[in-house]
Amino acid sequence: MDNVENIVLNVSAVQKTFGGLQALSNINLQIEEGKTHAIIGPNGAGKSTLLNVCVGLLAPDSGAVKFGEETLTGKTPYEINQLGVVRVFQTPEIFPELTLLQNVIIPALAKRDGEFKFNAFGSLVGEKELVDEAKDVLEDLGLENQMHDISASMSRGDKRRLELAMCLIQHPKLLLLDEPTAGMARHDTNRTIEILKRIKSRGMTKVIIEHDMHVVFSLADHISVLAQGAIIADGTPDEVRGNPKVQEAYLGGAHL
Amino acid sequence: MSQQSPKQDLMWMAVFTAVVLSMPIWMEPFGAAYPDLLQKFAIFGIFAIGFNILFGLTGYLSFGHAAFLGVGSYTAVWSFKLLTMNVIPAILFSTILAGIFAVLIGFVCLRRSGIYFSILTLAFAQMSYNLAYSVLTPITKGETSLQLELNDPRILDAAAVAGAGLPSTELFGMKLSGYPGFYFCAVLLIIGFYISLRIFRSPFGLKLAAIKSNQKRMSYTGFNTRPYLLSAFVISGMYAGLAGALMAVTDPLAGAERMQWTASGEVVLMTILGGVGTLIGPLLGAGLIKYFENIFSSYNEKVLHDIFSFLPDMLENVMVFIVNPFVGDGWHLTLGALFMVVVIFLPGGIMEGYARIVAWVKKDRSQPGGDDPHVAKPQPNEG
Repeated sequence: MDNVENIVLNVSAVQKTFGGLQALSNINLQIEEGKTHAIIGPNGAGKSTLLNVCVGLLAPDSGAVKFGEETLTGKTPYEINQLGVVRVFQTPEIFPELTLLQNVIIPALAKRDGEFKFNAFGSLVGEKELVDEAKDVLEDLGLENQMHDISASMSRGDKRRLELAMCLIQHPKLLLLDEPTAGMARHDTNRTIEILKRIKSRGMTKVIIEHDMHVVFSLADHISVLAQGAIIADGTPDEVRGNPKVQEAYLGGAHL
Repeated sequence: MSQQSPKQDLMWMAVFTAVVLSMPIWMEPFGAAYPDLLQKFAIFGIFAIGFNILFGLTGYLSFGHAAFLGVGSYTAVWSFKLLTMNVIPAILFSTILAGIFAVLIGFVCLRRSGIYFSILTLAFAQMSYNLAYSVLTPITKGETSLQLELNDPRILDAAAVAGAGLPSTELFGMKLSGYPGFYFCAVLLIIGFYISLRIFRSPFGLKLAAIKSNQKRMSYTGFNTRPYLLSAFVISGMYAGLAGALMAVTDPLAGAERMQWTASGEVVLMTILGGVGTLIGPLLGAGLIKYFENIFSSYNEKVLHDIFSFLPDMLENVMVFIVNPFVGDGWHLTLGALFMVVVIFLPGGIMEGYARIVAWVKKDRSQPGGDDPHVAKPQPNEG
């Protein structure tokens, strides 16, 4: 990480305690542009806390998160989104009562209209460009056949892909994925890996939190290992794979 | 929230206009074709349509919308007293003032959601109601209610002829009582419905529906939800103000009881009874409740004896005995029972019942058997 100009997200000296529990202790992390950066670690290591600090859901006790020139700490979730940091949740957060197409149109409107626009007399029928783009993204993720269905009726794997579509239509500068394949069947997981690889070829920067080592080693350019709120190892997949500290703390050697 | 083509929408508007304007004709067999009741249909229709923009689209249940109704009525009567008997300034001022009130109340109440929002709005409305009876009596005239007087200034109108009675509301010389009053309200209802239709179909409306569906996702999608909610709140408050003004137009007096919580509750019942979040449902709910209130409450034992006179005496007396508690002063019992039946069996209101019948007829025609009728299949729609 020598080239500072390529750093998209810079987490510096972040601390967070819940009651007496040290959830994050002195976390330093640099995410390089265009790279897929995986954060792994056992349950309770602080992965989700770290992600929540990055998107403004949690305020750190000390330290700062900078996105380019902007400080993310203290900003609201919608301000962070408008800067181009978009998040996929561990349990899919979609609009269950709306159709898939509407689900994807809404984030496209957010990208175009900003955080508030009173377009009460416009017509969605007139927004052909927007609707076409939404259809393209759904097609890209293989959801085009269901686009007029109500999204609540989809399978869990499809909901996750829908959420991914909702994030991708915003062309984020940084995409944060919280266990994008948790609870998925193997073939669904492989499909998601394939999709994420395709996005990578478009140069989108991604941070992935993941349990599944198959996913991590298929996608990541760089891995940070978190254990008990601290980063215990940091490097390329090969470096991390060979690190005895990591094997002891998390992998147990068996998964590799 | 189905997207229909603008052409279909225009057709629906045409049908809607025809149905509303011909109400004096087709309401005749129901015994409801008299101006007083028809005006109420239109006025409460406007109130319910506006309420539905807030409750139906965003899911925020306000229990204080009667406050805006009251503000609208008082403003309209003051406009009649001070400026002119012409109704145009009255409804403009009422709508705008109700909107300003809604900005203030909404700004505070929308800091909370769910039940806390409902309680806050209820508290504000009850506060307005009590203020109207106490410290604000110079403006509201308290218990005597605000009325027209012979010595009102009415600075824009020609001086009244000595000895003439109280003037009536008018639209450029046309007196707005009876049927003209109904048609005036009906035209505003049609305009109000059209605006609501446009909002439902707009990107703004879609965003409101998305807030109802998942507010967390909305803020992570980059939307500041507060101004959206406030806009919806203010729009629905303005509809309520307009409805209040029209009450004063058709009967120029304003009392504090218009702001009471029962009036707020009534519009909630109307919306739920008709179908929350549907375009036409709240109107049906408003019509049904006003019909019950006016028709069922006018029944008494003698009328019931006439209705059941075809039965043998013994049975007639039994029927009258059974039905009597549900009519006259007991019409609330009928309404309550109906409301319970709808909420338990048709949570989506009358419109859900209609959708189920349509689905059932369609399925019956295409494929016997098939899937569960309780799962309403959304219609394929074109974006």
